[in-house]
Amino acid sequence: MHIHKFEKIWLIFGVTTLIIFLTVIGVSAFYLGNQPPSCLATVNPENVDTTAPFNEPGLKKVEGKEWDYELVFVASAFSYNPGKVEVPLGAKVKVIATTKDVIHGFEVAGTNINMMLEPGFISEYVTTFDKAGEFLIVCNEYCGVGHHTMTSKIEVIE
Amino acid sequence: MNTNSMNPKVDRRDGKLTMAHFYVAFIALAIGGLAGLLQTLVRSGKFQLPTWTGYYQILTLHGVVLGLVLTTFFIMGFQLALVSKTSGTFTRKQRLTGWIGFWTMTIGTIMTAIMILTNQASVLYTFYAPLQAHALFYLGLTLVIIGSWIDGAAIIMAYTSWRKANPGKPSPLLTFMSLVNTLMWIVATIGVAATVLFQLLPWSLGLVDRVDVLVSRTLFWYFGHPLVYFWLLPAYMAWYAIVPKIIGGKIFSDSLARMSFILFLLFSIPVGFHHQLMEPGIDPAWKFLQVILTFLVVIPSLMTAFSLFATFEMYGRSKGSTGLFGWVKKLPWGDARFAVPFIGMLAFIPAGAGGIINASNQLNQVVHNTIWVTGHFHLTLATSVVLTFFGISYWLVPHLTGRVLTKAMNKLAIIQGVVWAIGMTFMSGAMHAAGLLGAPRRSSFSTYGGSEQAAEWIPYQIAQAVGGTILFLGIILMLYIFVNLAFFAPKGEEEFPVGEVADQAEKTPMVFENWKLWLGITVLLILFAYTIPFIDMIQNAPIGSKGYKFF
Repeated sequence: MHIHKFEKIWLIFGVTTLIIFLTVIGVSAFYLGNQPPSCLATVNPENVDTTAPFNEPGLKKVEGKEWDYELVFVASAFSYNPGKVEVPLGAKVKVIATTKDVIHGFEVAGTNINMMLEPGFISEYVTTFDKAGEFLIVCNEYCGVGHHTMTSKIEVIE
Repeated sequence: MNTNSMNPKVDRRDGKLTMAHFYVAFIALAIGGLAGLLQTLVRSGKFQLPTWTGYYQILTLHGVVLGLVLTTFFIMGFQLALVSKTSGTFTRKQRLTGWIGFWTMTIGTIMTAIMILTNQASVLYTFYAPLQAHALFYLGLTLVIIGSWIDGAAIIMAYTSWRKANPGKPSPLLTFMSLVNTLMWIVATIGVAATVLFQLLPWSLGLVDRVDVLVSRTLFWYFGHPLVYFWLLPAYMAWYAIVPKIIGGKIFSDSLARMSFILFLLFSIPVGFHHQLMEPGIDPAWKFLQVILTFLVVIPSLMTAFSLFATFEMYGRSKGSTGLFGWVKKLPWGDARFAVPFIGMLAFIPAGAGGIINASNQLNQVVHNTIWVTGHFHLTLATSVVLTFFGISYWLVPHLTGRVLTKAMNKLAIIQGVVWAIGMTFMSGAMHAAGLLGAPRRSSFSTYGGSEQAAEWIPYQIAQAVGGTILFLGIILMLYIFVNLAFFAPKGEEEFPVGEVADQAEKTPMVFENWKLWLGITVLLILFAYTIPFIDMIQNAPIGSKGYKFF
C-alpha cells in the first residue's frame, strides 16, 4: 500500500515521539519506582475494625522500614476515620487505607495521593510530606447521597 | 468507492427506521441537556434542587441518557442510513431486524428511565458495585445492548449480501466503516453484558448475596474504553468520507482510511486498565502493558489528522490558493455541514492531548476522578463527537424526511456551533482548571467543612454554570433546528454527500475485508492483555460484597 511521503514523515515523527514518551514513563515507573498505587493485599471488609492495622486508624511511628510513619485510614459512608490528623513536615509516610462498605476515593488535594478504595482490598501509597499546611482529603468516587460531605484533613506541621 | 451499488436516495422505508432512532436520540438530548444544566447550577452553590429530587439522581439521568441512549441510538440510526445508501436498500428481512433492534433498545431505555426517575437506580451510568440498583435498571440496560446487537445484525446481513453480490470487490467505504464499528461494539459489549447478566442481575434479584467488585469493574472497563471509540468512529466516518464531498474535494486515500479503522478495532479494546490505574488488586506491570496498548491508537489518530488536513489543503490548492495556509480561506465556512464538524475537529486537538495525560500511567494520579476528567470528555464526546453528529443531522434528517436545509436554518446551525464552542470553552476550561486544583468529579456542591482549598474551586464552578447555561441555549437551538428539519422545512431534495476517492490514490487491497484475520488478532490481543491479570483477580479475590443502597 502506498503512503504519501509527507504522511510517512508525519507518522515516523509521531511514532518516535510516542516511543520516547512511553520510555520516559516506563523508566519513571519501573526504575524510579513511581508506580501508580497497586497494592495486592486483601482484607475482609466486614472485619475491618478488628483487623490490624485498621483497628488503630491514625498516624503511627514505625522503625526499621523504608518509611518513618504509617498513616492508616478507614473509609465508610460518608466519613473517614480519623477525621483529622497531624503529620510532621518532611516525614516519609506510607498511607494505608481501605473501605468498610462501597467504593470510595482517597484524594489528598494538592498532592499526588490519589487512590481508589475498594471493598476487600487495601490501598497503599508511600509519599513524603514536604510542604507545610492543611491538606483536604476528599472522596472522589461517588458513594451515595452524602458523597460530597465525605472529608478529612491532613495538617502538615513544622 | 463503488458507485454502482449506491442509492441516489435512501429508500423511504429505511429512512423511517433511521428517523425512529433519531427521535429517541434527540428526546434524550433534551432530557439529558436539562439535567446537565441543573448539575452545573447546583454545583455553583447558588441554586438548590427541589426536595423531591437530588443531584446524584439527576447526574445518573444525565450520564445514562446522553452517554448511552443519545449515542447508541444516533450511531445505530446513522450507520443504518450509511449502509442503506452505499450498499443498497435493505431487504425486508434486514429492515425488520433493524426495527426489532430499535424496539428492543427503546423498551430497555424506558425501563431504565423509570428506575432512575423513581430514584431506585441513582448509581450513575457506570453503576459500580457494591452500590446496588433495582434489577429492572440492569435489565433495561441489557435490553439496550441486546437491541444494539440486533441493529448490528442488520448491518452485518446487509454487508454480507453486498459481498455476495459483488465477489472480489472491496465493500463501499462507509459500509466497511459501519461494519468495523459494529464489530468492535459487539466484541466490547460482551464484557458489560457478562458483568450485568452473570453478576449484577442475579445479585440485585437476591439470587446470590455477594458480588466480586474488582471483576465487575474490570468487565465494565473492558467495555468502557471501546465505548468511547464507538462514539468517535462515526464522527471519523463523517470526517473521512463525507466532509470531503461537502467541501467539494476528494477522499485522500481509501486504503489508509480502512487501515486506520482496522487499527481502531485492534487497539480500542485491550486497554481498559488505564481507567483502573489507581486501583488496588491489579499488578502494575499489567497496568503498564495496557497503557502501551492504549497509546497505539495514537497512530491511527495521527493518520486521521493528516488525511483530513491533506483533503482540505488539496481542495484549497485546486481552487488556486497560494502560500502555506492560503487554502484555509477557500474552505466553505458558510456551510454548516462543514463548519460545525470542523469546530468538532478543532476541539479534538486539546481533547486528544488531555486524553494522553489521563492515560499516562502514574501521571493519572494528578487528575484521576477530578473534574478535569469531566472536562476532558466534554471535549471529546460532548464537542468533537456531538458537533459532528449535529453536522450530520443538518443534511441527513432533511434527506430522510424529503425536506431541505434552508439558508435561514443553515445560518442558525452555524450560530449553534459557535454558541456550543463558547459555552464549552467556559465549562470545559473551568473543569480542567478546577480539576488540577483537586476538585473531584461527580460531586454536589460542598464547602468541605470550610476548607480553604475547596474555596478556591468555587469560582471555577460558577464559570462551569455560566458555560452550562450557554450550552443549554445551544441545545435549545439544536432541538429547534431538528424539529424544523423533521417536520416543517420546505419539501425538496437534500443531498446525501458521499466522498469519492482522489484520482491518484491506489487500488484498495482486499486484505481489509479478511475478518477472520482482523477479529482473530483482536481476540488474541484481548487474551494477551487480560488473561493473566483476570486469573489473578479470581484466584486472589477477597470475600465478595453485599449490596448497598446509599441513595
